[in-house]
Amino acid sequence: MEISRDKLLWAYERMRLIREFEDRLHTDFAAGKIPGFVHLYAGEEAVAVGLCAHLRDNDFITSTHRGHGHCIAKGVDLREMMAEIYGKATGACKGKGGSMHIADVNKGMLGANGIVGGGPPLACGAGLTAKLKGTDQVTVCFFGDGASNQGTTFEGLNLAGIWKLPVVFVCENNGYAETTSPQYSVAGQDIAARARGFGMPSIAIDGLDFFAVYEAAGEAIARARRGEGPTFIEAQTYRYYGHFEGDSVRYRNREEEEHYRSRDCLYRFRQTATAQGLLTEAELDAIDARARAAINEASQFAADSPMPDPAELLTDVYVDYPMAALWPFQEPAVPVYR
Amino acid sequence: MTAMVEEAVRTLSYREAINEALRLEMRRDPTVILMGEDVTGASHSEDESHLDAWGGVLGVTKGLVHEFGRQRVRDTPITESGFVGAGVGAAATGLRPVVELMFIGFMGVCLDQIVNQAAKMRYMFGGKARIPLVIRTMIGAGFRAAAQHSDSIYSTFVHFPGLKVVAPATPADAKGLLAAAIRDDDPVIFCEHKLLYDVKGPVPEGEYVIPLGQAEIKREGGDVTIVAISRMVLHALAAAERLAQQGISAEVVDLRSLSPLDETTVLESIRKTGRLVVVDEDNPRCSVATDIATLAATQALEFLNAPVKLVTPPHTPVPFSPTLEDAYIPSPERIVAAARATLG
Repeated sequence: MEISRDKLLWAYERMRLIREFEDRLHTDFAAGKIPGFVHLYAGEEAVAVGLCAHLRDNDFITSTHRGHGHCIAKGVDLREMMAEIYGKATGACKGKGGSMHIADVNKGMLGANGIVGGGPPLACGAGLTAKLKGTDQVTVCFFGDGASNQGTTFEGLNLAGIWKLPVVFVCENNGYAETTSPQYSVAGQDIAARARGFGMPSIAIDGLDFFAVYEAAGEAIARARRGEGPTFIEAQTYRYYGHFEGDSVRYRNREEEEHYRSRDCLYRFRQTATAQGLLTEAELDAIDARARAAINEASQFAADSPMPDPAELLTDVYVDYPMAALWPFQEPAVPVYR
Repeated sequence: MTAMVEEAVRTLSYREAINEALRLEMRRDPTVILMGEDVTGASHSEDESHLDAWGGVLGVTKGLVHEFGRQRVRDTPITESGFVGAGVGAAATGLRPVVELMFIGFMGVCLDQIVNQAAKMRYMFGGKARIPLVIRTMIGAGFRAAAQHSDSIYSTFVHFPGLKVVAPATPADAKGLLAAAIRDDDPVIFCEHKLLYDVKGPVPEGEYVIPLGQAEIKREGGDVTIVAISRMVLHALAAAERLAQQGISAEVVDLRSLSPLDETTVLESIRKTGRLVVVDEDNPRCSVATDIATLAATQALEFLNAPVKLVTPPHTPVPFSPTLEDAYIPSPERIVAAARATLG
């Protein structure tokens, strides 16, 4: 599949931004700077970027608890993302969502999602909107090998199949649902094969190879745009860090980790792009430096940003609701304002 | 409502009033769509005679497909998580879906999409999402449909921030509240009592909305306040009639909207009468009835001349056998007894 130089540069930059973003969070979390839980996407960058490389701003994606990479690939602001993860007022969700719920509906990012399997029905809804409004918008539904066992995923595949919805289902099989491998949890072992039972094209690809992802994604998204219905892609990938930060990762061995790190998606992208004369080392080095600077800047922005005002506790619950009713039968402990 | 007004306004059943609200809102706004199990029926069939085979399991959406077509009146597979969640996703991206969850007891198979997705998205996203979704669902015992098809468990939804919950008792309220729910930008659970579908009442012609969050005094009185919900409003009115014959003047407050709750109308009535009976067909624990009792205890205790009385079903599933089910449902007799007990 043809890919322009500009697109290649964009893709490498997005992948590098994701890696730098996640590596920074790994360090910041260990230093105690981040409240709560973070699930890092490092290692899986080629999947989010290979898919989103074909999307427009008004296309939609649904995401997972491991959603930072999807957000960056779809164009959510890095500073707002970082601030959100820090719980700051300047965050993408004003500090109300955190790592697991980063969203930017205006950019078509319908939310990271703390519920495994939460996304497929939502993706069908976004696809239904496009279908009924007669647009050619596409929705990409990211989920993991864990969610491939959820009933909501099967229900979503079924709905998309019978209604020919413009949805691309992308199973990021990173080898582990928390601590458990699909070898234990997936009956039949073949996730991609399951989708064929719903009457849609389905393919398993090397998710560590950006070019393989880009090609499969291009076909699937073009098919959806033409109104020919859903496609399923199982992208076989690997997460470098634990399920969440703080996970001691006592369920896989070092040889396995080294095997996958030796096939790192960024490294392979660089090799392929330079070997084929598509991009130069100097261009890629410049992107690396820019990405590092952008993440430094985002991190500083987050650190310098104020915490939310306590009165924000009671805003954004509803579009319209009596504010006094948000703390019923007692005196509110924070100021109530609209 | 006076007899004169009743003559001027035509009469519709609760079922017809809901159907009319759907029709008018779908005409008014092309982004309004209906989805649910057999809301038309026989979607597999090209045979014209099969079109609209059901129009909903109890015929509430009958006829709409003829005007709006199968794209906007959309049969779903029996996969509540899938199509309720699709309603959430469609609402987040620019449609106003009205999704039918056939019976409220089926919430268990799709609760995540309602309470973790629809209800929380706006807050989790810092106000960047609107979810203009209506979930129509049937409540109510008395249909001999046994435990899984007879619940009135709306308080489960009242429990969740981000959701609004409505339970109309009359055809006119059903029409106006459904129109308001469809135009509302928050997710609304719209509870239809299946034993009210054939009850008739005056319904104004044309479009109108009844704002969410406003109770209505269905009968004025000075001795005791009876707060009721959905079909229990009819039982409360029957009880008030009998109480009147005994020289007791009962005021019947129809909550109509359970979230938001019209605290003002309830409190004003309590302050006037000094006595409170709450009638609720939902399970008795952690319910709207206990909420109303809490409201009275925290904000009107000094006006109460007697302990609050609750009239609810027992803490049991809804039984099948008619004698058991009739004993389960709060009756006008129990409401009369509760009201009399507050008067000493």
